[in-house]
Amino acid sequence: MSTLAASNKRSFWSVVWDYITTVDHKKIGVLYLIAGGFFFLLGGLEALAIRWQLVKPMNDFVSAGFYNELITMHGTTMIFLAAMPLIFAFMNAVIPLQIGARDVAFPFLNSLGLWLFVFGGIMLNVGWFTGGAADAGWTAYTPLSTISPGEGMDYYVIGLQISGAGTLMAGINFLVTIINMRAPGMTYMRLPLFTWTSFVASALILFAFPALTVGLFLMMFDRMFDSAFFDPAMGGNSIIWQHLFWIFGHPEVYILILPIFGVFSEVVSTFSRKRLFGYSAMVFATVLIAFLGFMVWAHHMFTVGMGAAANAIFAVATMTIAVPTGIKIFNWLFTMWRGSIQITTPMLYALGFIPTFTIGGMTGVMLAAATADYQYHDSYFVIAHFHYVIIGGTVFGLLAATHYWWPRMFNRMLDERLGKITFWIFFVGFHLTFMIQHFLGLWGMPRRYWVYLPDQGLDLGNAISTAGAFLMAIAVLILLYNIIKTAIKGEPCGDDPWDGRTLEWAVPIPAPHYNFKQVPLVRGLDPLWVEKMDGRKEMTPSEPLDDIHMPNNTVLPFVMTIGFFIAGFGFIYQKYDNALNALIFVGMGIALGAMLVRSLKDDLGYHIPKKELEKEARK
Amino acid sequence: MTEQDIMNPKKMPLQPEKATLEGKNKFLGFWFFLGGEAVLFASLFGTYLALNGSLNGGKSAEEMFGLPLVFIMTMLLLTSSLTSVYAMHHLRNNDFKRLQLWMSITVILGLGFLACEIYEFYHYITDYGFTFRSSAFGSAFYTLVGFHGGHVVFGLAWITALIVRNAKRGLNLYNAPKYYIASLYWHFIDVVWVFIFTVVYLMGVL
Repeated sequence: MSTLAASNKRSFWSVVWDYITTVDHKKIGVLYLIAGGFFFLLGGLEALAIRWQLVKPMNDFVSAGFYNELITMHGTTMIFLAAMPLIFAFMNAVIPLQIGARDVAFPFLNSLGLWLFVFGGIMLNVGWFTGGAADAGWTAYTPLSTISPGEGMDYYVIGLQISGAGTLMAGINFLVTIINMRAPGMTYMRLPLFTWTSFVASALILFAFPALTVGLFLMMFDRMFDSAFFDPAMGGNSIIWQHLFWIFGHPEVYILILPIFGVFSEVVSTFSRKRLFGYSAMVFATVLIAFLGFMVWAHHMFTVGMGAAANAIFAVATMTIAVPTGIKIFNWLFTMWRGSIQITTPMLYALGFIPTFTIGGMTGVMLAAATADYQYHDSYFVIAHFHYVIIGGTVFGLLAATHYWWPRMFNRMLDERLGKITFWIFFVGFHLTFMIQHFLGLWGMPRRYWVYLPDQGLDLGNAISTAGAFLMAIAVLILLYNIIKTAIKGEPCGDDPWDGRTLEWAVPIPAPHYNFKQVPLVRGLDPLWVEKMDGRKEMTPSEPLDDIHMPNNTVLPFVMTIGFFIAGFGFIYQKYDNALNALIFVGMGIALGAMLVRSLKDDLGYHIPKKELEKEARK
Repeated sequence: MTEQDIMNPKKMPLQPEKATLEGKNKFLGFWFFLGGEAVLFASLFGTYLALNGSLNGGKSAEEMFGLPLVFIMTMLLLTSSLTSVYAMHHLRNNDFKRLQLWMSITVILGLGFLACEIYEFYHYITDYGFTFRSSAFGSAFYTLVGFHGGHVVFGLAWITALIVRNAKRGLNLYNAPKYYIASLYWHFIDVVWVFIFTVVYLMGVL
């Protein structure tokens, strides 16, 4: 690890300071990976506690109230603090390299988005220590969430507001980066699929997150300032929350899965040693899924009573999404067809993903049938469905990406043997946990219940499910062991360890902080492969060697985030004592002050002189 | 492009706001941001339309809203949008003095709008007891119009900071994009107000 090697010479605190102030997309990617990984473990522990409570009928491992906190925080943590940030980790680490850029369009915003996510995540979890975390389910339906006592839901509202703002910034940043920062010759239809799908997911973030922002503001006003949005006694309407939440929430599931489709497209193509089959159909399907993704939010609300016409329209719209998704499944299969397939760890995850995700897709179509949904609604069938798409899709994809891009990020290969063991244990554990939950749901087990009666036909199924969950936990522990082992004992992997096709593998490992000494000229899809087929080992440069312009490090994003963090506590606790309003003013003062400094102080970055670059080349 | 070329360009390009890569990025990024803001206000409008009949025994929109004041506010804000267009015209002309002048007039008109809005809220609260907490209608009204008002306050502070910061050094390729996106933001605030005028006030009274 280049960063580790450097830290041997520098003091610990100077490394910490470097990472707090960094605007380098590669380091920010590492920070997203660490923070997202931490929250993934936390959410996993919550999942284990849930499964342990359900291992036998009428269990008393946790109290009913604590169980509600566990399910709420498990869902919220996994979606907002683990899955999305881990996707951002790889977007940061890979996309600028894939398009031939020296950094993202807004390095400052990139850092701000990271810190807002980190502190939003901490905020959400503060509730554990102040008398109870959020407990109204990750969907936080009103009026349950507005009358939930204590500060747990307040932490949910403020924490998500802060981390959501960070996500929105990251989305805008990647949209502009991919449009404006591409190397010469990198046309839209030559973008690697991971870049394409991340681009589309960023557009989804941009248009979906503001609906959540508004929903959270309304809930914040109802809880903290006694407004009446969701209070029927004052003329309010609690269904508004459901609409706003799902107008955000449904695109959110595509935000989680589209970049993963991109990861698998890269992995399948690389390890079949073939061009991706149906590239343009893949791009078209991605855009179509995103478009349809905004038209189907009310399928989460079939049983609310919207009427037959609305239910029918949303049911049909939902089912149409199966078509572009099917296109993708077949394109991956055809990419492998007659390819020279290497079964590496990332490829194993891709092979496991295709049937698993297809099952999740089929139960999705079953749920989309509005009339049948009255039977499935709020049962374990739904739990099984979305874990099949989120774990079978997103988590498999993240694990594939971890093994695939680990050498790119850390100059070490993860141990392939341990990687394959991880895969098989995780894969078996996953199906053991969730396959049976389809049937538990159909047999009548509702979601979110903390106990069930014995001899209802649910005992064995729940025990099997819990056993599977512990297998998944073992797999994660093996992965952690793998990471620690290769970090200590592993050898540097050198450039291009997978014989890659896309531009990120044309950059030396470890990458210089300016990525490309000379921006490369892209001559086709899979640009590095094009050069390799022409007998070259490196990319053709598109420009003569010259000074390189780079952005300055800055501590302002961190300061701004601290400001919002402090203000958040003010908003939550002002109801007890007016004096606590001071916290709001102090916090917002720090945040707005930092914004003002950013606006007024010139920051033009710096240049790496040509001479220095030549000197490096000679070494 | 060296620092010298950015801070003291020998010849101003035709579109100084998009002459540097940073400028281009800001321009595009800000348009995307406004796209997100549009969804934010659309959600607030949706909430308002769902709740504007939930009076909880209070006065209705028809009984409270007076069009003359709102008409004056609309004129102030529309004119301020026009003056910011003049400012951008002079940004392209490289006439920094007039750019500053028209931006200052924009701020003054915006302050006028804000004063009217504060008076309006004060009037509803004291004369009709129509508050943020009195009914779902009140919550929705003050949230929608208040979010817009908050955007006006932020915009005024932003433009004022730009005018003061750059007063002594003139226009260059570093601050031109800053002026440009501030004026984009101001136009957006104006467009949102046109919808508020139509949906909240006209549809409320007529």
